[in-house]
Amino acid sequence: MKVTCPHMGHLHWMLDDLFGRLGVEYIKPPPTTTKTLTIGAKHSPEFACLPLKINIGNFIQGLDMGADTLIMAGGHGPCRFGYYGIVEERILRDLGYDFRFMMLEPFGDGKWAFYKTFETLTPGGLGLRKLWKILKVSFTKGRAFDQIHKRTLQVRAYEVNHGDTTRALRQAEKILTQAFTAGEIEEARREALALIDGVEQDPERRVLKVGIVGEFFLLLEPFSNFGLEEALGHMGVYLERSVWVTDWIAPNGDNKIYGFPKDMVDSKAAPYLNHNVGGEGRETIGSIVLMAEREFDGIIQLLPFGCMPENIATSIIPKVQRDHDIPVLTLAFDEQTGRAGVLTRVEAFLDLLTARRGLSLVGANA
Amino acid sequence: MRVGIPRSLLYYKYLPFWKTFLAELGLEVETSPLTNKKILSWGVEVAENELCVPVKAFYGHCMALRGKVDALFVPRVVSVEERAYTCPKFLGLPDMVAAVADQLGLPPLLTPKLNQREKPREFKWQLINFAREEFGLGTLDAVAALEAARKAQNDYQKSLVAGRTPLDLLPASRLNRPRWKMEKKERKRIGLLGHPYNIYDGYITQNLIARLEEMGAELVVPEMTDHHVLMEEATDVPKQLYWTYEKEIMGAVNFWTRNRMVDGIIYVLAFACGPDSLVQVLIEHRARIHNVPLMSLTIDEHSGEAGLVTRIEAFTDMLMRKKKPAEAVA
Repeated sequence: MKVTCPHMGHLHWMLDDLFGRLGVEYIKPPPTTTKTLTIGAKHSPEFACLPLKINIGNFIQGLDMGADTLIMAGGHGPCRFGYYGIVEERILRDLGYDFRFMMLEPFGDGKWAFYKTFETLTPGGLGLRKLWKILKVSFTKGRAFDQIHKRTLQVRAYEVNHGDTTRALRQAEKILTQAFTAGEIEEARREALALIDGVEQDPERRVLKVGIVGEFFLLLEPFSNFGLEEALGHMGVYLERSVWVTDWIAPNGDNKIYGFPKDMVDSKAAPYLNHNVGGEGRETIGSIVLMAEREFDGIIQLLPFGCMPENIATSIIPKVQRDHDIPVLTLAFDEQTGRAGVLTRVEAFLDLLTARRGLSLVGANA
Repeated sequence: MRVGIPRSLLYYKYLPFWKTFLAELGLEVETSPLTNKKILSWGVEVAENELCVPVKAFYGHCMALRGKVDALFVPRVVSVEERAYTCPKFLGLPDMVAAVADQLGLPPLLTPKLNQREKPREFKWQLINFAREEFGLGTLDAVAALEAARKAQNDYQKSLVAGRTPLDLLPASRLNRPRWKMEKKERKRIGLLGHPYNIYDGYITQNLIARLEEMGAELVVPEMTDHHVLMEEATDVPKQLYWTYEKEIMGAVNFWTRNRMVDGIIYVLAFACGPDSLVQVLIEHRARIHNVPLMSLTIDEHSGEAGLVTRIEAFTDMLMRKKKPAEAVA
């Protein structure tokens, strides 16, 4: 059995680790590129959201590399994501591919079904206890990946030599990949964080503080947002992001990486959006309020074109903006979006933020 | 007190229920006029650009009720059955309207939450509590209001199953049905698929129903089939859909194709409709394997009349020329 999964940011590092532990052969599709998106968009329904189109591209490239089993995450709505798998399976079968398809439904929707999915993946069976152990260790490693990525978003704004942080991140990822036991992971995590903190920084630099909120795929997958976070870092912008892979996977909603539990974010959103609308709609509103209260200079909201929960948030944002006096830039992405257009708008937005603060960016080395 | 119900979205599904319920609470009920150019352009101006056209029209209908009513009825319809939702946009609708209410000078909103995702029939208590808290009604009076509303809705549903459309039944939207020039057996049965708030809004769909009937089509719509049958048919998918109104559409396609009830299907979907964009794949597949011609018709606020007429003419002509589809398959 050769398993493949779509890409989403640094999720593939975690899958590498998990499948390695489970003893399952993992076919990692080639990194997402314009070619992937072109293939995906060609075979996807026109108004499907961007992540589905990229998923289809990843799957096709994975199948062409010899994968025979596809795994896709599920969900129970109301966002479209929970039904992606069924539609993707249909599209791929109509294209003539032959494969086994598995939907991994969230743990909270049925522990038995969740366990069963892994059981079928590993012939011979693992046993519940062993599986749980593997998931736990693998998840710890995932947490470490998220932590080092979070740190880079903050360090990059102060780096002295252009590109140092990114280089440190690549090295840190390598160190983490090699860690196996819980003890090794902890050691690697410290080493990796030290590596990123060790990047030569200019603490005197005056930077803009910008929050990135929105739909999870767009936030997590640098390809889909044209590496916006790295570009912003190079422009001397200190970043915080509201969504992280492990926060998203963890069932209890304590948002350890983001730092603000789901309950708190939801309560901040309540005056504007007092109900779950699927995806990150409510979290987007809540995070904008939170970041405004923490005196961020501005917020950038990223969403796939036509994303339902984010469009609800976008409809409400003007009111939040007025009430909290915080500028928000909304950027919608689909396969037609161009990098130059996005960067131009972001630069104009940063100019506005700078003018608002009466601050000039020193040493912006982009 | 006068309460306004915007003539858009779930109006087409639940008007009899809502209207009776509010009237029983002692309120005067006013509905906004049929969608027109002014209403839609108001909505388009205010609404976020990427929203679907019926939601944009909803904003316009709210604005059309300004100055005429003391409150707007914008319920938060989260779920109408267990383990399912309606559509994310219905979940956020009261908040979306509230966000622009001050700026547009809208009257205060009445936003009861209806959610029976966890427990069936829970919406009853939600409405009873709404009547008690907002209007100080006793529980018994609230129950009586609910009962009257339920009866009105049942009658409506029965008339729909009997073959009448919301256009015949809802106020001020009566259709002048053409007199048939053709023999009944020559007429083609076309299944008209889509959300009621699109296909029965004559302005949004450019009088699609009247045009098709003029061309001699005999229309079949999902509302003509009993709700339970549709839900049963909708289970014929690998994973249960969690949008109730998409299930109705899926169920109708499965039912029509299984029983060869239609010669062709026209599937009306709003541009950027989230659930439809995915379910479309399954519906087109279903029609293909059952060899039923299907045309997907995407509509938005820029749709032109000429484009629509050309496409439906071509489609009906194609159906007329296609001989005995049942035998062709065999």
